[in-house]
Amino acid sequence: MKEDLYLSLQPDTLPSFRHLIGSSEPLSTAGALTPLRSEANSSSDFINGYRMGEELEAEKHVNYILSVEKKKDDFESVVMEHIRINGAYWGLTTLDLLGKIGVVDSEEVVSWILKCQHESGGFGGNIGHDPHVLYTLSAIQILALFDKINVLDIDKVSNYIVGLQNEDGSFSGDMWGEVDTRFSYIAICSLALLHCLDKINVEKAVKYIVSCKNLDGGFGCTPGAESHAGQIFCCVAALAITGSLHQIDKDLLGWWLCERQVKSGGLNGRPEKLPDVCYSWWVLSSLTMIDRVHWIDKEKLVKYILDCQDKEKGGISDRPDDAVDVFHTYFGVAGLSLLEYPGLKAIDPAYALPVDVVNRIFFGR
Amino acid sequence: MDSDEEEVEVQRVPLSLRPEWSDVTPVSQNDGPNPVVPIAYKEEFSETMDYFRAVFLADERSIRSLHLTSEVIFLNPGNYTVWQFRRVILEALNADLQDELDFVEQVASDNSKNYQIWHHRRWVAEKLGPDAVSKELMFTKKIFLLDAKNYHAWSHRQWVLQELGGWENELDYCQQLLEDDIFNNSAWNQRYFVVTRSPLLGGLEAMRDSEVRYAVDAIISRPENESPWRYLRGLYKDDTQSWVNDPQVSSVCLKVLNSKSNFVFALSMLLDLLCHGFQPSKEFKDAVDALVPDPESSDSELAKTVCSLLEQVDPMRANYWKWRKRSLPAKTV
Repeated sequence: MKEDLYLSLQPDTLPSFRHLIGSSEPLSTAGALTPLRSEANSSSDFINGYRMGEELEAEKHVNYILSVEKKKDDFESVVMEHIRINGAYWGLTTLDLLGKIGVVDSEEVVSWILKCQHESGGFGGNIGHDPHVLYTLSAIQILALFDKINVLDIDKVSNYIVGLQNEDGSFSGDMWGEVDTRFSYIAICSLALLHCLDKINVEKAVKYIVSCKNLDGGFGCTPGAESHAGQIFCCVAALAITGSLHQIDKDLLGWWLCERQVKSGGLNGRPEKLPDVCYSWWVLSSLTMIDRVHWIDKEKLVKYILDCQDKEKGGISDRPDDAVDVFHTYFGVAGLSLLEYPGLKAIDPAYALPVDVVNRIFFGR
Repeated sequence: MDSDEEEVEVQRVPLSLRPEWSDVTPVSQNDGPNPVVPIAYKEEFSETMDYFRAVFLADERSIRSLHLTSEVIFLNPGNYTVWQFRRVILEALNADLQDELDFVEQVASDNSKNYQIWHHRRWVAEKLGPDAVSKELMFTKKIFLLDAKNYHAWSHRQWVLQELGGWENELDYCQQLLEDDIFNNSAWNQRYFVVTRSPLLGGLEAMRDSEVRYAVDAIISRPENESPWRYLRGLYKDDTQSWVNDPQVSSVCLKVLNSKSNFVFALSMLLDLLCHGFQPSKEFKDAVDALVPDPESSDSELAKTVCSLLEQVDPMRANYWKWRKRSLPAKTV
């Protein structure tokens, strides 16, 4: 298991997508893709100063995501069967940010998602798997991408999540009771997307998150736990969604977050840890939500993410020259989106969905 | 530990050939109506999962089901549903949970960053109660020998201390870890956790003097280490005035500045002190001026000079330091 991946919202990484692609031969869609790179070159001055070749290989990343399903002999993809719904969220959101979600057969995805729902209302990581909020949020997010939230029995799903709030305001991840601020975020984000935030005790939920704030301005998984960029994203986003950003010491947290940038330009998740592309999302989205993203060196971070691309086969890795996976491809592209890299859709830092999708949900387009 | 795992791998008899499983019809993964590509499961994995699905669907809470979950877990410890079913079985059989701790330890030896393992471990420890304390503290200690910053293990250890006890030697343990690696932010965090939450130490105020000395020594040894600087500030939580007025704080800044190397955090803390009303002596101004490459750029206001200097020596965060300069309170000197 790679360094520091474990703080993703999801339990593990390296998913596969073999059900999710439509009947068309994935690689054959390549020719139909708009060359995003030429748009990128003409539409912005942001990447002025970069040498040739330091560009987002958008088309190759699309092909990489579509081709992940082909790796049927890859043992890694087999053992990730149980979190396929998380993998689907990463891959499909990346495709949407790249403007290519249209190549996916949405009906097939939606019918598969519904089969992952448990009678309790929660979703499992795949068909026949037990429900957990981790998978429930991914299911809701995927349906949101396709404008299909209305296929859900909203009461049933929201009641499942509401039932996981504890007396102190925290949330458990499932019936077994593990508590973590990740689950607070997931519950709050899911319920907001379903327009059901009023079903929980928001005040207590916020109070619990604030009780996890540390001396450095960051947040951990439970009160007293070390600050970690992944947990910080969860707490800041939950506070943003509930209109409680005033609970954050933005200057102190902003400084801690921008201290995460290391010499290579990449970001780490805790002091003295190695940089990893996934923090391009956790750190940047947090900085964006507290309006401090200009405190880091954006150009160096863009270059770091671009250096982590597989320029031949597509996909993005945690660090330059490592093996790529869908998880890091998503976080790299999402990070570049927050950095306003040209040719990419804007992503919402709290809901982790494209801004147009979020607008459609909250403002009816 | 490793040998047990190899046993599963090397000496494995297919379930279809084991007499105790002859009455079970395996159930394959439902790939939906029209799977685009049939999943080419690795044979052994596939067979084990098929038998697991059969007992899972039949809700068979038996010894053989328990053993089967062990096999599945060794093949794929990330499978959430398997762990969940295992707990159901353990409850139904009223199984010996000390044995279960040993099983978890075997699995964790190769998968110490897997959420399911830690969740399961906590479930077992909670059932065992205070009897589990020494084993749990020892278990996390073993994990820290391999990875002293393992977030799951720290979270587990904090839970054990708070729910089941065992605080007696925790400060010494933090000390030991920091001696191994003074840059270990997890150990610094744990130290703060102990100092602020241990029922045996009297709380933050009672511990402040000795902890300030500890932090100052750590800073002097490695001034580029961000952790003790933040720790030092945290010791004055809700008491900014004591922090500004404590000569130990300002003097460690001065000492590092005078050393003329690795002084970014010292400058930063001096800036914070100035913003909170600290009145610097001439020594501080001289120490900062000595670091300014171009004396012309030195400002009559010390805080401004500090900001300009930080902008130069920490270019990655130049915008942050510019912002600090723009937002200096009117009264700084």
